[in-house]
Amino acid sequence: MNIQEMILTLQQYWSEENCIIMHAYDVEKGAGTMSPMTLLRSLGPEPWNVAYVEPSRRPDDGRYGKNPNRLYQHHQFQVIMKPSPDHIQDLYLGSLKRLGINPLEHDIRFVEDNWENPTLGASGLGWEVWLDGMEITQFTYFQQIGGLEANPVSVELTYGIERLASYIQDKDNVFDLEWTDGVMYRDIFGQPEYEHSRYTFDVSNADMLFKLFTMYEKEAKAALEHGLIFPAYDYVLKCSHTFNLLDARGVISVTERTGYISRVRNMAREIAKAYVNERERLGFPMLNEEEK
Amino acid sequence: MKTNDVLFEIGLEEVPARFIDDAEAQLAKKTQQWFHDARISYQSITSFSTPRRLAVLVTNVEEMQETIEEEVKGPSLKIAKDDNGNWTKAAIGFTSGQGQTVDDIYTKEIKGTPYVFVKKHIEGKKTIDLLPSFKEVIENLHFDNNMRWGSDAIRYVRPIRWLVALYGAEVIPFEIAHVQTSNRTRGHRFLGENIVLTEPRAYEKKLAEQYVIVHPKKREQLILEGIRKLEADKNIHIPIDNNLLNEVRNLVEYPTVFLGSFAEQYLELPKEVLVTSMREHQRYFPVEGGDHVLLPYFAGVRNGDDFALETVVKGNEKVLHARLSDAKFFFEEDQKQTIDSYQEKLTKVVFQEKLGTIHDKVQRVKSITETIAKWLQLNDKMTDQVSRAAEICKFDLVTNMVNEFTELQGVMGEKYALICGEDEEIAQAIKEHYLPKHADDDLPQSIFGSIVSIADKLDTIVGCISVGLMPSGSQDPYGLRRQAIGILRILKQRKWDISVDHLLTSAIELYQSSTVDMIDEKEIRADLNEFFTDRALYLLKKLNIEHDVAQAVLKNGIGIVPYTLDKAEILSEKRQDKTFKPVQEALVRVLNLAQKASETDVDPALFATPSEEQLYEALLSATDDYEIAHNSRQAEQALKAIETLTNPIHQFFEHNMVMADDHNIRTNRLSLLKHIADLIGDYADLSTIEWKQHFDH
Repeated sequence: MNIQEMILTLQQYWSEENCIIMHAYDVEKGAGTMSPMTLLRSLGPEPWNVAYVEPSRRPDDGRYGKNPNRLYQHHQFQVIMKPSPDHIQDLYLGSLKRLGINPLEHDIRFVEDNWENPTLGASGLGWEVWLDGMEITQFTYFQQIGGLEANPVSVELTYGIERLASYIQDKDNVFDLEWTDGVMYRDIFGQPEYEHSRYTFDVSNADMLFKLFTMYEKEAKAALEHGLIFPAYDYVLKCSHTFNLLDARGVISVTERTGYISRVRNMAREIAKAYVNERERLGFPMLNEEEK
Repeated sequence: MKTNDVLFEIGLEEVPARFIDDAEAQLAKKTQQWFHDARISYQSITSFSTPRRLAVLVTNVEEMQETIEEEVKGPSLKIAKDDNGNWTKAAIGFTSGQGQTVDDIYTKEIKGTPYVFVKKHIEGKKTIDLLPSFKEVIENLHFDNNMRWGSDAIRYVRPIRWLVALYGAEVIPFEIAHVQTSNRTRGHRFLGENIVLTEPRAYEKKLAEQYVIVHPKKREQLILEGIRKLEADKNIHIPIDNNLLNEVRNLVEYPTVFLGSFAEQYLELPKEVLVTSMREHQRYFPVEGGDHVLLPYFAGVRNGDDFALETVVKGNEKVLHARLSDAKFFFEEDQKQTIDSYQEKLTKVVFQEKLGTIHDKVQRVKSITETIAKWLQLNDKMTDQVSRAAEICKFDLVTNMVNEFTELQGVMGEKYALICGEDEEIAQAIKEHYLPKHADDDLPQSIFGSIVSIADKLDTIVGCISVGLMPSGSQDPYGLRRQAIGILRILKQRKWDISVDHLLTSAIELYQSSTVDMIDEKEIRADLNEFFTDRALYLLKKLNIEHDVAQAVLKNGIGIVPYTLDKAEILSEKRQDKTFKPVQEALVRVLNLAQKASETDVDPALFATPSEEQLYEALLSATDDYEIAHNSRQAEQALKAIETLTNPIHQFFEHNMVMADDHNIRTNRLSLLKHIADLIGDYADLSTIEWKQHFDH
């Protein structure tokens, strides 16, 4: 099964389980969790079921396209269900079966792994799912988001697309994966991997990035002052990515580092609070009458 | 009476392996407690656990709770009856509160005072009616890390997905987190089916049919058998790491052992790297040939049977291959750089936000190391070596390998230092300075390792406490307690004549000359003293020293650790030693009286009796002997010097009135006692010891 078929299969499967099929969010981010479709929507009492592919940028993991496992940008297939359904483990295992993974022929385990993202004031408990010893999915019950208690609790499934594909296609090198008939991962991402690594480590203009960070931060705060939560959050994402670029460039000193992280965190917290308040003001439109 | 068996099973999403044994033990203990409190008799309790379930079977449970007559005490008769001999409101209230009337009252004397009593008849209820409250036992299991799920308010280790509660074939009704009890359980996630249980006693057997081995010990046994079979078939040796075995048995419900292999080229990697990759990251057992040489194989445990086992083996081999290929890449890359270039990188790594970078820390550790070297009078060469060891003790933290395999810190430092041409003793110290890693861990074997270990731990403790990061309750994120115990253990084992106070001062002074923003110095010293004294008390307790003796020897601070511990051991013996009784009585009597004395010199001209003079002479000579023994840290000799005062003290008390009428004589006698008390107090605070010599041993 090629990557394209994998993605289509997962979309079909989760669509059948009443998830909204969304598309990648158009601001750079380090993980699918950071998409507002997860981070903001998992806040507050409204039910929310969504699935989407998220290209995730980790500038520091760039390896000029030379490392068989590490990438500047990889892909996550993200599922969020709020409140977490009682049979969520079975649902998840059902998705693996749909991908052609017969549990009787493999060793599938749920190994404890608790997740924390201090930049977003977020944490959760759960597992990494092992397929014959390989981690293929992060399975997390959110406990805290943006510094707020998650209630009801959302469950987040994050499939590592490249990991899973390298198992399904039995390839050791991510660039040898088949994306669709006759098109290899290398064909699509080889050049960008090299160029983004070159840019990140050797070329990026640190002065400009520092300025951008400050401008984005200012704009996020300004937008928030006007009660504009989603625009404010977009600028927080931009801050976060800009910080990652600066960090990978090695221009942020140790003392500054904590400062930058806490600036992002504080904004994320403010936005989380504002989001819940705004939804409340709107009367939590996605709650059905009975739940209100 | 008729009996029934009772079964409870809590079905959970995969519980972390590290919590399972304790949870099962709690369940067994709390079940016993519940049945005891509920006054329900039974024959036996057996507990079970897997990653997906905790269960307990109670056999031959009586059908009825025990009926009892309980005597309930009320107010005293004085309060219960008024002057006219009528029952008061208090008495009536008491009896009606117990469901009785004043006619049921009888009186009994307690310590000479008559009280009113009633006998309450508590009729045993039906067991089946009481069992639903067993719910509390399930809800009250304690886990270190709890979570919420769905819309439920309950916090538990992992989501509860089913509950079995059976009294014979009957379901005991209750509900937790909207899960209703039933007689339906689930088999192995992939191999088994959901089944109905009709007989509690058949639990183990019925689940085994569904590929769930509910007894952890039996799963362990199956794993061991699988390993033994591989050993015999392939003529290999698979050493059993008990922690790993324990974890692995709690990761599976139905274990099948398999053998995998990896490319021989990876055997060039350091053994620790291979073992860490296999054991810590993948939970495999490494495989050895003769002479403990690693072979390119590993033993894994699958949660399932042997169907398509070759696919599982192949998948696991692929994962290990990826890890080892990373490790090999790191090992080669790391060797391309110099120690100096790594040292430079440490200026960019934070040790602790308020305490600066690792580079800053290493500078302090080096300075403390040199101070200790001076105290130990190491020669120039050794001083240079240990100083170098301190200087580069953290360089490996920024290597690729340690970045990826953090548990190899120190281990890789040693390897890379040797490759870079550092002395063997220096390389060894880099590895050993992390020891001991926990309370019972090995101590550094080398002198250099011991010195740098003390310096590193001391710097962390003093630094953290200086910026207000004192551990509290279960919160000790920097492991300060463990590290303080490490310091004390090393000082003890090395028998080093280094006072803990001096160590603390040297570290505090370094921070004072830095830019670190410290809290008030007095507070720091008080905190540090209390912190270290608590650790010393812990250590003495582990050495089976009674608490009162421990407090007696720690009265003046920890001082020289081996000397203080020797004192504690000697006093521990003396505490029970009949022949020491007269000594202790004499000394303690002096201590008691000396409290009344003020600080003045003894004037021999004022002595009125020979016994006074003799005691004074004895004190002078005892003081000399004590000083000699004390300076050479001879705890037994030092106490012997004090003991020589016993007879003169007894004589003194026999022939003198301390509180003489003459003011000058009285003051002089008290001063003499005060000087003796000071000498005793310098050794230990004998007045806090609870002497046990009156017991026969």
